[in-house]
Amino acid sequence: MTVRSYGFGAIALEAAVQVPATFEYRRASSVEDALALLERFGEEARVIAGGHSLLPMMKLRLARPEFLVDINDLHELDYLRLEGGELLIGALTRHRTLLESELVGRLFPIFHDAERVIADPPVRNRGTIGGSLCQADPAEDLSAVCTAVRAVAVILGPGGRRSVPMQEFYRGPYETAVGAGELLVEIRVPVRPNAGSAYRKVERKTGDWAVAAAGGALSLADDGRIGWAGIGLAAVSTSLAGYRRVEEALVGREPTDELFTEAGRIAAEDCDPLSDLRGTEEYKRHLAGELTHRALTLAAERARAAGGTGGKDA
Amino acid sequence: MQVTINVNGEDRTAEVEARHLLVRFLRDDLGLTGTHWGCDTSNCGTCVVLFDGEPVKSCTVLAAMAAGHEVRTVESLETGDGLDPVQQGFIEQHGLQCGFCTPGMMMSARALLDRNPDPSEQEIREAISGQLCRCTGYLNIVRAVQWAARHPAGTANETETETAGSTP
Ligand SMILES: Cc1cc2nc3c(=O)[nH]c(=O)nc-3n(C[C@H](O)[C@H](O)[C@H](O)COP(=O)(O)OP(=O)(O)OC[C@H]3O[C@@H](n4cnc5c(N)ncnc54)[C@H](O)[C@@H]3O)c2cc1C
Ligand code: FES
Ligand code: FES
Repeated sequence: MTVRSYGFGAIALEAAVQVPATFEYRRASSVEDALALLERFGEEARVIAGGHSLLPMMKLRLARPEFLVDINDLHELDYLRLEGGELLIGALTRHRTLLESELVGRLFPIFHDAERVIADPPVRNRGTIGGSLCQADPAEDLSAVCTAVRAVAVILGPGGRRSVPMQEFYRGPYETAVGAGELLVEIRVPVRPNAGSAYRKVERKTGDWAVAAAGGALSLADDGRIGWAGIGLAAVSTSLAGYRRVEEALVGREPTDELFTEAGRIAAEDCDPLSDLRGTEEYKRHLAGELTHRALTLAAERARAAGGTGGKDA
Repeated sequence: MQVTINVNGEDRTAEVEARHLLVRFLRDDLGLTGTHWGCDTSNCGTCVVLFDGEPVKSCTVLAAMAAGHEVRTVESLETGDGLDPVQQGFIEQHGLQCGFCTPGMMMSARALLDRNPDPSEQEIREAISGQLCRCTGYLNIVRAVQWAARHPAGTANETETETAGSTP
């Protein structure tokens, strides 16, 4: 049976079919090997990392790759390090590693805020940041986080290596800048002085996808005003880059509660949620505004704490 | 394709299709039916086994992806020395009713205690948060894990009661 709609009914019907369709499995032994396998099998090949988005989709026949290239042996893509003023995150870094990293928590608490509420411990043991960003689910948390902190995705392919800012990486639901034959290898996050970041999410139950979520990052200038701001929302739009008006409203202003309320109001106006099982459009708009307000308030507190201790990072 | 997985300390080989799931490999090919199979959508957690020592949902791992790795199932908990403290804890604290969720709960508990021998109630609840129990209301499961943490040798030699639920 084929799925004719992505609606809940179709998924419930398909739930009887719980084994993926047939495919050929190859385990890549190096990044070069993975690229060679992807090139050889072309459009019909898919990378599998944690498999916690892809395998459920394959069981439901929402994805039907003919070849799976398993990249789990590529330990060279599983790393976190600070280099040249950037936090470098290998694409195969698991959710759990991000959550347990002291470095990540210190530089970008927004990642820890999000990771605490992404799925559950067994899922976090398998799922990777690369798989999360490449899945590009509109409700996916790390895409919103990476947008807020202005991360850059490094993509490797037959044509070489290129860097794509998060806003261009995410092309819409389930679509990214990663082309056939290409591999996301690294996520780079610029570290800013006197900065703070935070993520706030409302979900129906532990481990569930967001009803709505908001990430905010900002840095404070010497005079205490906001020098730079980045916003990313999850589950309330099919675009990630739609919050420039919010960012512009913040820069150059004092980080006050009124300002963050205003920022939330603009975010609620500029998002584009759909009514579904998780809530009505109106409710999600309300959440988008309130969560933007809360994320920015906490981000500003963290930025002040970072500045107050003379630290260059937060 | 042929896959070899180290299951409970022993290399086990079977001829499987690439799409074969780890939970089916364990249950159908090896007859290790202690690992249960519930939702098949990575939500319920009854299929949790330890993969290189850490809990994973075996309905969402291909057997082929587990080749060359170490998998531990609930069958490995009991050794020649008797029951694992986690198993004994479930008995002492009445940690199960129908028992459907129990293998997954026990494996997550084992992994937690291996890393953190003295977890807080909150840490125990977090560790099992990806697993559903439709019977117990979780309280007795948490108490069972607390019991296991207090009795690493697995035997009851004190009469103290577990504390889960007693704080607001
Ligand atoms: C029960 C459950 C609850 C969840 N809850 C949440 C939640 O609350 N919030 C949330 O954000 N996520 C949630 N997730 C998703 C989870 O975070 C997944 O782990 C993640 O989306 C995908 O990561 P993965 O490594 O498993 O990717 P996979 O499933 O392996 O791959 C996903 C896609 O990315 C591609 N891909 C993977 N890696 C690369 C790469 N390096 N280069 C190119 N393409 C690549 C694959 O081809 C595939 O198309 C949940 C998942 C489950 C099962
Ligand atoms: S059967 Fe694997 S999570 Fe439910
Ligand atoms: S004991 Fe019945 S589901 Fe947990």
